[in-house]
Amino acid sequence: MASRKVSRRRFIATTAVASSALVAAPFVRGAFAAGQVSVFFWDHWVPAGNVEMRKQVAAFQEKHKIEVKADFITSQGRQTLLTINAEAQARRGHDIITIGNWNVQDHADKLENVDDVVGQLTSNFGAANAVSNYLGKSKGKWVAVPSSWGTQNKGPAARISMMKQFAGIDVVKMYPAADGAETPEAKAWTNEAMLAAAEACFKAGKPFGIGLGTTADNVDTAGSIFASFGAELVDAKGAIKIKSAEVRQALEYCQKLVKFLPADAQSWDDSSNNRALIAGNSAFIYNPPSAWAVAVRDAPAVAADTWHFPVPSGPKGRFVPHSMNFWAIWQFAQNKKQAKALIEFLMQPANVDARSTAVMGYDLPPYEKMSQSKVWDKIGPPEGSLYHYPVRKQHNAVSHLAHMPAPPEIAVQIYNRGTAPTMLAKLKAGESIEQVIAWGEKELQAFV
Amino acid sequence: MANSAMMIGSGPATTPAPRRVGSLKRLARRRSSIALLLCAPLILLIVGLKVYPTFYAMFLSMLDRKMTKFVGLDNFAFLLDRGWHSFGMVVFQSCLFAITAVIMKALVGFILAHLMHNIRGKNQRIWRGLLLVPWVIPLALSTLTWWWLFDPSYSAFNWTLNWLGLDSIPFLGTTWNARISVIAVNVWFGAPFFMIMYLAALKSVPEQLYEAAAIDGATAWQKLIYITLPMMRNIVLITVLYSLIVTFADFDIVRILTNGGPQNSTHLFATFAFNVGIESGNIPRGASVSLFMFPILAALAFFVLRDVLKRSKEVST
Repeated sequence: MASRKVSRRRFIATTAVASSALVAAPFVRGAFAAGQVSVFFWDHWVPAGNVEMRKQVAAFQEKHKIEVKADFITSQGRQTLLTINAEAQARRGHDIITIGNWNVQDHADKLENVDDVVGQLTSNFGAANAVSNYLGKSKGKWVAVPSSWGTQNKGPAARISMMKQFAGIDVVKMYPAADGAETPEAKAWTNEAMLAAAEACFKAGKPFGIGLGTTADNVDTAGSIFASFGAELVDAKGAIKIKSAEVRQALEYCQKLVKFLPADAQSWDDSSNNRALIAGNSAFIYNPPSAWAVAVRDAPAVAADTWHFPVPSGPKGRFVPHSMNFWAIWQFAQNKKQAKALIEFLMQPANVDARSTAVMGYDLPPYEKMSQSKVWDKIGPPEGSLYHYPVRKQHNAVSHLAHMPAPPEIAVQIYNRGTAPTMLAKLKAGESIEQVIAWGEKELQAFV
Repeated sequence: MANSAMMIGSGPATTPAPRRVGSLKRLARRRSSIALLLCAPLILLIVGLKVYPTFYAMFLSMLDRKMTKFVGLDNFAFLLDRGWHSFGMVVFQSCLFAITAVIMKALVGFILAHLMHNIRGKNQRIWRGLLLVPWVIPLALSTLTWWWLFDPSYSAFNWTLNWLGLDSIPFLGTTWNARISVIAVNVWFGAPFFMIMYLAALKSVPEQLYEAAAIDGATAWQKLIYITLPMMRNIVLITVLYSLIVTFADFDIVRILTNGGPQNSTHLFATFAFNVGIESGNIPRGASVSLFMFPILAALAFFVLRDVLKRSKEVST
């Protein structure tokens, strides 16, 4: 093959022509002229949620001319957690991550400040809830944006007929699917009322499906009961408070309650309570509407007889178990500006509502005004079953995460070790309150 | 000696010079080079997936929670001091799990191997294949089936018990039931490995030894004690050592069946390390949990392998 020699004169001429052409060429806006962004979304339990999310991402691409590379990663087998840790170690990965509860604090020093994004959201849509503020801020700055994607409450879901027949409680009358003042029945929905109902249902062979294992649902339920007594295992300053009068009071209550729970409650995981409700074995569980949603498909009669409502109140109030997902941006992300634009777009009320509707009301926006949306008003069967799933003003309740307000690096250990439900499991196994406190104190000493 | 060697050998003065070959070809012709080349992918895998992670885990275990400060052996000291309340239970459970399971697997494998050995012809292959099934199925999948059998509320075992008019057993609901259940699943999974290894060892024992013993009037028990076991000793030691290491590192069974419960009474090193390191966000401490048994198992491996080597030399001389 003959080689052609390029002379200096020819090279300069060619370069000049090429440069002139480039400068003179008209600006053509490409399909994704404004750059790109990569994101991993939690793979939603309800597949329709992913479909809606893809639709919204496509709309964002079209509107902002930013290419979005979206991955959906399941939390089965802790894959989201492993992905986050791997990306944190490698300092490489997606620009935006979906990050749940405690993991925000674990990686706070590697996350981008998002004060601007959250500031805009809160000024437009109301304050973020207490759990958002507890988990999403580090050193007073927002490091993750509270998101509705997979964010849930884990309040009671109960069988209407069983509660009426065995416990004499009309849960629909107690929490009717309408705005209004707190009913007298709702005011009487206290820990003591729940204990009496648990006993009645236990005697009728349909015990309350409250697990005492170490998984999240069990921890959240125990955390809600403890909080209603003001019982903190570790306080906000990191001091162990397990010997407080409030903790003892909570344990005295739980000592009575655990007697009416299923015999194998100690080995229950997050799916056990769902199955107990769907199979018609339990009158009452603490859970997001996922159990009800499965029942709609697999056991329609059970679904049509299920009502969601707030937790009972204790001496210190009602504390609804709340589990959160955030969207965060890595500090090492390449496309921070585009990432913020995408998060802002996805958190617009119309998009939040569309996603919540697609997932049958499962997702809850953690901003005050957004949670007053009409999304949950008519969802059924029975119509209005999810009306009281979000925390509403008439509930006189607050969103709560087990072991708040202990410093997150301590609380995460108490939470993940399942210390609180294990204390209850010990009570069920017949240990005394003193023995349980002594055990708990040694356990906590390793966390602080 | 040198002279005679020169006379016998192919010295340059007496034979024509060999054809010049390229250094690459020469290298390729050396058997050791080819062996190294063929093993290279495996070596790379071991270095990448075993050696590097081990050293990285050692490095991680000496950092603080945020992984920004070197803290030496503080994490290990913590586990032995303030963390001992929980970690001590993990050590106890891991030892109980590994030692009991390995003994049971060895016993079951030994009995099965003898039964197999006495089945002749095609039938042996069929039985061998069937008995290997538990070991061939991916552990995570088979453990899910066991979980369904033990399930707290809908256990297939309990359904059968109830059908027979007996009370349900909370297989995963009480401390000791759960511990026994996870050990049983491990034995079910691991026994076929022992069986196949022992069967191979049994087949290598010369028949003449048994015939000579029979002539001397030895009983079946005496044949077992004085012929079979000594001849199988190396295989038994290596199998037990290998299984002990693997069983100590077990994760799937406990993670799927009990998640460490009830009351954290079935946690093993691996599940506890995952709980502390990944779930609770303290990767350095999780790494120190996972490395805790490393020196003990390394020492055990050293002594067992030394014994095996010594025994091999005795046999070969």
